[in-house]
Amino acid sequence: MTTAMSPATAGDLTAMAPSGLNPPLWLLAELTYRCPLHCVFCYNPVDFAAHTAELDTAEWRRVLQEGRAMGAVQCGFSGGEPLLRADLEDMVAEAAQLGYYTNLITSGVGLTAERAARLRAAGLDHIQLSFQDSTREINDFLTNTRTYGLKHEVARIIKDNGWPMVMNVVIHRLNIEHIGRIIEMAHELGAEYIELANTQYYSWAFVNRDQLLPTRQQLIDAEAETNRWRDKLGDRMRIFFVAPDYHEGRPKKCMNGWGNVFLTVTPDGTALPCHTARMLPGLSFPNVRDMNLRDIWFDSEGFNHYRGTGWMKEPCSSCPDKEKDLGGCRCQAYLLANDPDVADPVCPKSPHHDRVMAAVDQAESRAAGAGCGQAAPFAGSGVQPLVFRGPKESLQLAAAGAKLKTTDH
Amino acid sequence: MSQALQPGSKPVIGKGFRFQWEPAQNCHVLLYPEGMVKLNQSAGEILKRCDGERDVTAIVADLEATFSASGLYDDVVAFLEMARPQHWVSWS
Ligand code: SF4
Ligand code: SF4
Repeated sequence: MTTAMSPATAGDLTAMAPSGLNPPLWLLAELTYRCPLHCVFCYNPVDFAAHTAELDTAEWRRVLQEGRAMGAVQCGFSGGEPLLRADLEDMVAEAAQLGYYTNLITSGVGLTAERAARLRAAGLDHIQLSFQDSTREINDFLTNTRTYGLKHEVARIIKDNGWPMVMNVVIHRLNIEHIGRIIEMAHELGAEYIELANTQYYSWAFVNRDQLLPTRQQLIDAEAETNRWRDKLGDRMRIFFVAPDYHEGRPKKCMNGWGNVFLTVTPDGTALPCHTARMLPGLSFPNVRDMNLRDIWFDSEGFNHYRGTGWMKEPCSSCPDKEKDLGGCRCQAYLLANDPDVADPVCPKSPHHDRVMAAVDQAESRAAGAGCGQAAPFAGSGVQPLVFRGPKESLQLAAAGAKLKTTDH
Repeated sequence: MSQALQPGSKPVIGKGFRFQWEPAQNCHVLLYPEGMVKLNQSAGEILKRCDGERDVTAIVADLEATFSASGLYDDVVAFLEMARPQHWVSWS
């Protein structure tokens, strides 16, 4: 057996991994929070506009090198809209040359044939095309107008470059009843894989939760419709339906375990175990400007704090499922129970589970009020309007000191 | 759609996959959009030779020569038949 590995490299690698802790599989580079879209479920922090000091090209290159040296194999470029960085091609080239599998997560806005060709030449392996702006864009899409034209063009560019066509659509109350049409259009665009991701309620989606949470019946219908399409399309298009944890009452193993698989670097260089973890109180996360990625992953307080099960309280600490879901999501615990150390409230064993149930029931009664389960986001008085993500809204939320969790009532 | 595997088929790594040696894992891996498959030694050695140039006969001959073995044809075919539905390899 010959291998390309020198003994020196092997020595370094074993020396750097203390007691069974693996290096991250994924490095997620959030290149910018800037974005031309205004998604009501945007996963960027609500105060994103207050973080403007983006890492420059040289700093990103160093981050990519440090991640690869410790063994990360997947590199995701996301944002915001990563195509807004004019140096994206340079970073893709660096990542590909280092041996990462390179992924671009984009809305497609700004992906011209010329840019795609440059990205291809830089070695980009894969593009995930996201359908974003729920009310404006999906409606455009469903009604075959401007955005659909854009997606068509982008889909063609993706195919022309030999990339697999992978799509992601965030699902919520305002588009869930169109799920069949969404699947059909993805198929028409030539998608090989589509992820129908029920909204996760953090950040902007949490602000807009009452308008976005679907009813139980909508979910049942959507899954049935999805299954009909699965039967119809067979293996021509793989369809992945991400179950909503509020309704399922099943906590998810968030990020596949805290500090276990994913390392996210935000536009300003903060290193996080998950892109929403920054909201958690009392934890400090290092910045790649001050610390090597390897020290951040293995030794920093922020990454070690919720690793494994040692931090748990009851009911998690004695629960037979604790290895399975690791107590669910810390951000959700903080948002809903005001305490990041407790069980994820979506779990029926959580003492705060009633708060999740109340939100789900609220969706039911609002639907009943609206008449027929049709989404009616602006109908009625006293209903908070949808907050579209944007710099102005972000600064307002930041100034209000909105920690954006439910208050005790 | 691919045909049944023939001695003259020329397998190639599936579209969208990247095959490489990974020092941190101490094995060959296949990388693809959703993650990574770690390969055992024989899988790694077979896929290393799936370059779209060599046919199955040549791949088997090379493996047998490299590892001073014989009678590997059935194992190689069984692996490739298993790998194709996972889209790790394709052939026309
Ligand atoms: S979710 Fe929408 S608004 Fe937020 S970064 Fe993505 S495309 Fe932009
Ligand atoms: S009690 Fe905790 S560990 Fe058990 S299922 Fe609920 S969240 Fe998971």
